[in-house]
Amino acid sequence: MKNETAAVATEVKKRRKFTWTRDDSELALLGLPATIWFAVFAYLPMFGLIIAFKDFKLQPGKGFLASLFASDWAGFKNFNYFLTSNTFGMLLRNTLVYNVIFIILNLLIPVTLAIVINQLYSKIASKVYQTLMFFPYFMSWVVVSYFVYAFLSPDGGLFNLIIESTGGEGVMWYSQPKYWPFILVFMSTWKGMGYNMVVYLASITGIDTSLYEAAILDGATKWQQAWYITIPTIRPMIIMMFILNIGHIFYSDFGLFYQVTQHIPKPLEGVASTFDTYIYQALMSNASIGRTAAAGLFQSVCCCITVLITNAIVSKLDPDSAII
Amino acid sequence: MSTFSEKRAARRAEKRLEIEEAEAGFKLNKIKPVTNGVFNAMFAVLSFVCIFPFFFVLMLSVSSEQSLRTNGYALIPEEFSLAAYQFLWNEREMIFTSLLVSIVVTVLGTVIGVLLTTMMGYVLSRPQFKLRGFLQWVVFIPMIFTGGMVANYVVIANMLHLNDTIWCLTLPLAVSSWNVTISKTFFRQTIPDSIIESAKIDGASQLTIFSRIVVPISKPVFATVALFLTFGYWNDWLQAALYITKDNLRGLQPLLNQIMGQLQYLANNPSAGLSLQQYKASMPSESVRMAIAAIIVIPIACAYPFFQKYFISGLTVGAVKG
Repeated sequence: MKNETAAVATEVKKRRKFTWTRDDSELALLGLPATIWFAVFAYLPMFGLIIAFKDFKLQPGKGFLASLFASDWAGFKNFNYFLTSNTFGMLLRNTLVYNVIFIILNLLIPVTLAIVINQLYSKIASKVYQTLMFFPYFMSWVVVSYFVYAFLSPDGGLFNLIIESTGGEGVMWYSQPKYWPFILVFMSTWKGMGYNMVVYLASITGIDTSLYEAAILDGATKWQQAWYITIPTIRPMIIMMFILNIGHIFYSDFGLFYQVTQHIPKPLEGVASTFDTYIYQALMSNASIGRTAAAGLFQSVCCCITVLITNAIVSKLDPDSAII
Repeated sequence: MSTFSEKRAARRAEKRLEIEEAEAGFKLNKIKPVTNGVFNAMFAVLSFVCIFPFFFVLMLSVSSEQSLRTNGYALIPEEFSLAAYQFLWNEREMIFTSLLVSIVVTVLGTVIGVLLTTMMGYVLSRPQFKLRGFLQWVVFIPMIFTGGMVANYVVIANMLHLNDTIWCLTLPLAVSSWNVTISKTFFRQTIPDSIIESAKIDGASQLTIFSRIVVPISKPVFATVALFLTFGYWNDWLQAALYITKDNLRGLQPLLNQIMGQLQYLANNPSAGLSLQQYKASMPSESVRMAIAAIIVIPIACAYPFFQKYFISGLTVGAVKG
């Protein structure tokens, strides 16, 4: 009898697993709109990337798609053009170096701040600081660029006013490349600091307080508590943010580079151009779309590879923290 | 009866002891008052740095053009003037069109986005669903590989011909794998299977279950996704920069972006047809530009302290993998 019911149960389970029910149809229907969205706006562009392998020319009298299919295959010519162009080295250097600096700073500063803000006596003060420091995150880079302009405007900006009032000579900020690495790094940190701090703080406040109590009984100092309890506990969060950031190492925060510099004036091209600004500017100009797409595909493939490699390394070292 | 009250008293005493212990532990683990003061000062400075530029721009927008020209961007306006806002009011056709476009795009996009995202999230949270594995991959792959800006441009502008319509501003940003994952994780964790099973036994279809049961009990996740989307749409300028050429489809952010583009064009090509003076005269003055920036920021500045907690809950829910 018992065996029989068990057999029936497994039979039912099996049937449930393989037969398509009305329930499945209804769920499929619910998921259909978003699936279509993904097909059109996420997967169709991937297919559209074949334009990078084409010598695309708009054929007279034909639509875009017909021209695309009628265009000659270019093999890796477009990639060659991009990879051997003069700007490629500069773009690669700028994108990677800025991103490495951003990743380090956006990890160290917010984690430190989160640990510190958690120690404040007054919880109300802590909430107020969090709210105020979160503010820049909600600003778009366009608006931020006007904020920056108010400080850096060559005639009348706050910085030049201060410099001139102390007897110095005003600086033409927007045509002096040497200042911009610092300005860009500062702005990136400024915008992300509060947000990242709150993210880490959310996982710090979730730590079981008995861990700290036990540590105090053993005579642990504040430093030791932070180093041996807080940081190890929030490590999965840190690693996840790290993988996500590494995955974007070939992408740059387009708005930061393009808007804060005021659409990258000529003198700043060497310090503020990244893959994204290059692609955007090429797209907006009359440059060959095949070449531009090749640059974009190069970027996407590099990103994909870095994510997979980072994740593979992390899952070797610390399987619980891997994201895939 | 007596044993009951005794038990209660004992429990109360135990609780008091626990609280005292916790307090003692907390006191023991407190930082020194001096350190607390130093930390507070540090955060006060950081908060000031984060918020100051906004007040500065606000100040500039109420400075008179004359004082901006003669004294530069002083912290406290030499001469207080609402001329910039007066100017915007006189030009209200342009500003209101932009404001209206911004609002319509934000509302429409958020509604579409929330519907698509949460429906997909719900579907993925059902363990018995046959296509679950497949759809999970559909959602996951764009997280690690995307077509990028050019490919999107080719699809939206050349294949679908959505440029210069409201759809190119709303649809491409409506769904993101991240938001779908957040809502999936939320539904998985908060909605008991038994509720859904019993509704099914009562003959409810999945659509009814979703709209009558899931939606009313999942307000936090709707709020979170809606907020992410609202801020995303309100702050977006890139879609418009890529696809919009008509003035009557330009929201506030693209308007600011366009003004800056024109200024830059002017700086790069000093002899572009118009003389510098003429061109400068045709541009909105500096305080007007700052006033437009203020119009964009003020609604956010007023609203975000109230919604901050939904942002944080969204971030922490999304951090749970699943």
